[in-house]
Amino acid sequence: MPTMTFQLCLLAESVGGFDQFIRLLTVFLLAMWVGFEVITKVPPILHTPLTSGSNAVSGITIVGSMVATGAAAATAGWFATSLGFVAAVFAMINVVGGFLVTHRMLMMFKKK
Amino acid sequence: MSSAWLNLAYLTASMLFIMAFKLMARPRTAVQGNLYGAIGMAIAIVAAFYEYPVLLGREAGVGGTVRILLALLLGGGIGGVLAIRAPMTSMPQMVALLNGFGGAASLLVAGAELQAALKHGAHPEAYGQMILATAATGVIGAITFWGSLAAFAKLQEYEQFKKPWSFPAQHVINAGLAVVVLLLTWWVAAVPSAWYVYWLLVIVASALGVLLTMPIGGADMPVVICLLNSYSGIAAAASGFVIDNNVLVIAGSLVGASGIILCQIMCKAMNRSLTNVLFGGFGGTATSGPSADDVYGGKVKSAGPEEIAMLFDTARRVVIVPGYGLAVAQAQHSVRDLANLLQSKGIEVLYAIHPVAGRMPGHMNVLLAEANVPYDLMREMDDINPMFPETDVAIVLGANDVVNPMARTDPKSPIAGMPILNVDQARTVVVVKRSLSPGFAGIPNPLFAADNTLMYFADGKKAVLDLVAAIKAG
Repeated sequence: MPTMTFQLCLLAESVGGFDQFIRLLTVFLLAMWVGFEVITKVPPILHTPLTSGSNAVSGITIVGSMVATGAAAATAGWFATSLGFVAAVFAMINVVGGFLVTHRMLMMFKKK
Repeated sequence: MSSAWLNLAYLTASMLFIMAFKLMARPRTAVQGNLYGAIGMAIAIVAAFYEYPVLLGREAGVGGTVRILLALLLGGGIGGVLAIRAPMTSMPQMVALLNGFGGAASLLVAGAELQAALKHGAHPEAYGQMILATAATGVIGAITFWGSLAAFAKLQEYEQFKKPWSFPAQHVINAGLAVVVLLLTWWVAAVPSAWYVYWLLVIVASALGVLLTMPIGGADMPVVICLLNSYSGIAAAASGFVIDNNVLVIAGSLVGASGIILCQIMCKAMNRSLTNVLFGGFGGTATSGPSADDVYGGKVKSAGPEEIAMLFDTARRVVIVPGYGLAVAQAQHSVRDLANLLQSKGIEVLYAIHPVAGRMPGHMNVLLAEANVPYDLMREMDDINPMFPETDVAIVLGANDVVNPMARTDPKSPIAGMPILNVDQARTVVVVKRSLSPGFAGIPNPLFAADNTLMYFADGKKAVLDLVAAIKAG
């Protein structure tokens, strides 16, 4: 096991992508922290809309899938493009479905 | 558009997501919060339109744009129809399904990226350590997708999926699969050019996703939903590592955090550890402790609607304790009518909501809100518990384990220490229930035999309707 880790480290450092990894890791951990601070303040009464709303936000992979769909054909062939296309459809279901259903629920809480 | 502007757009989207979660802290501002989230997403989508020409250093081909638009319209249409048609009772299934799609999208993005990088002639080593993120996205995405589908099937109560699966040596098999996943991850990282290994990894992780979710019982679904929600966020963040994009990492980690927090809250409310929920069997196994005959024998008092209606002649505060049984009976609207009637007689009516009343966190609140119950009447466990001693009548509707005083009194009980609603401290307790059958924990409830308890044996909805009629007549 230690050898394996060592190999992976070598793989990482050999290309200088390690900097990029640490930069993204920084963003990841800080955003997680912000998430914990903000989301602990959401009251239990709104936990279902919180779940469905955050669900919609996780559809952010739409960005990655659009890039894959659009860019891949020219350079990467039909397989990558098809994967991107299906990913974009799935992510969009997640995004539109998530925000819309959350809106429906929250409107019920709004009315008196 | 230069990449600086692109990043600025993604930064704006990220800030809007954080604002969205912040505004969720109050029912009054939550609608606005959700809107902020949607606007953030729209900005990110528009920016992504400009991203691929930038990546390629030239203008986009028409074909790419058409494909993207087609995918957006198709996905948007399906998502829209799902969201508009989903009834509030099936919100947990809906969330599970959407979660699954998010996870699947992440794993496909990582797969497409890997394919593109290889086809691009990228030296496997030049692909760098991002290959690890690719493998991670594949694993988490596949577990999220198949786990969510399994959860959906269970929540939808398809016949074959109703009962928790248990198969011989399930832990050994799952552990074996987990080891295979680790080995394949290492293989993907060591030999990125062997792209098919990635899909092999996805297949094994998919099996793991199904096998991990299927043995989990129906009562534990709130935890599973939160966990899958968290996974879908982590998968999105991991795919952000793959394509080196901050907004994916930020949005994904926010969602990951949200799922983890809710998971903790649910586990605490059930007095169980996450490990126990995921890997320990529960329900139907409780053999120790007093039997149903010991607890109930000759002590249960039952009453009809007329008798119960008279309780309200002198009552000043009534607390309604709804459980998931109420939602199953579709009795929310009748309960609201009952509450209105009581309020018109000058009685204070409150709703006591246990964190696990329903199939996902906060589910009961949504069901009551749908029936036009004002949210300021819905009280959390910690708020309402001190008020029970000054409550004249507590009406328990379709709840069982969460009002079982054995959690407080019997340290040997399977639910010992579980936070419960102290309805037994009310002056009179009315329990509406079809029979004395046990709840998910499989143990008898001494509340039903208490001196101050009246059992009202009937279907939830019919019981409430009859009660309303009796109060009007009386």
